[in-house]
Amino acid sequence: MTPLPVSIASAVASFLLLVVVFELIRSRRLRERYALLWLLTGGVLLALSVWRDGLNTIASWFGVETYPPAILGAIGALFILMVLLHYSTVISRLSDQNTILAQRLALLEQQQREGVTEPSR
Amino acid sequence: MAELAEVPARPPDAVLAQIAELRRIAIVPALNEEEAVGRVIDELRAFDPGFDIVVVDDGSTDRTAGIAADRGAHVLRLPFNLGIGGAVQTGYRYAFEHGYDIAVQVDGDGQHDPAQLPAILGPVVAGDADLCVGSRFASGTGYQSSFTRRMGIRLFAWVVSAVVRQKVTDTTSGFRAVNRKGIALFAADYPHDYPEVEATIMCVKHKLRLQEVPVEMRERAGGASSITALRSIYYMTKVLLAIFVGLFRRYAVPLEKEQRR
Repeated sequence: MTPLPVSIASAVASFLLLVVVFELIRSRRLRERYALLWLLTGGVLLALSVWRDGLNTIASWFGVETYPPAILGAIGALFILMVLLHYSTVISRLSDQNTILAQRLALLEQQQREGVTEPSR
Repeated sequence: MAELAEVPARPPDAVLAQIAELRRIAIVPALNEEEAVGRVIDELRAFDPGFDIVVVDDGSTDRTAGIAADRGAHVLRLPFNLGIGGAVQTGYRYAFEHGYDIAVQVDGDGQHDPAQLPAILGPVVAGDADLCVGSRFASGTGYQSSFTRRMGIRLFAWVVSAVVRQKVTDTTSGFRAVNRKGIALFAADYPHDYPEVEATIMCVKHKLRLQEVPVEMRERAGGASSITALRSIYYMTKVLLAIFVGLFRRYAVPLEKEQRR
């Protein structure tokens, strides 16, 4: 069985995560689309912290009999991995778009400097 | 608040006469709509040649931009796909910076019939509304869509109606007209993907007057809808989250002078 202090501590921590994410969205420092995974992470961790039987059940599926909260850490790590991977794809897209913007700007500047009119389509 | 039933039908000619003195623009967002965008432009011209037309090409890979330019529309070509929200806002920025009095938004896929614009323009021109939206569901005819979309649309109609305390039947309609106040607001701030739901709430929170009028929409003339079943679930979650967080947000009304550069 998960020790009660562990459950309380992890419940408080995941609740804080949810509050911080909510406040970041509210103050427009975090877009909703990038917050969804964080909210899911906070929600799942909070649920497993409060629902101690559930955590024990999941722990027993994986043969973790001695210390069920280890599963909490594993699931947390899994979600953080997902968030990081998601951000990697976001950064990749941003850097592609950045390249396109820089190229467009260079072409525009050249056009403006040399007064070249756009060829007809 | 004004409800659907109170909106009197205005004869098209009367509306056209009233807007004759106004600087007016049609914003047409388009993504890969080479089959439809030309007809949309022609129909807008046929409705009222006095409308300037700006086509916002949201990163199309087909001939959308070329066709639109050949028909004499102003074309804003986004360097990559911004999504419908970013594309539409580009159009409103253009309208704001060029000092238009009134703007209509008409999809580039041909599902909005410009002949129905008098109904949508009516309340805005008469000064009864700052934003007037054409609703597919106010009249109950003409348009059918997939089950998931209908459920989503109904859910949002219910949520949005509750938030704005006014009956809204079609929160996903991009067929609408705004006055200068609406142009200024949308130019300054516009929601991202699947934006019409949040835009409706945003308007009411900024004390803009909203009205819906019944319109009929057509089947898409070409291209493919950008909304698939899986994505609509994602968008539904995202938009519901945005609405919920928005309830706790204080809105500042944008000032025109701050927006001018």
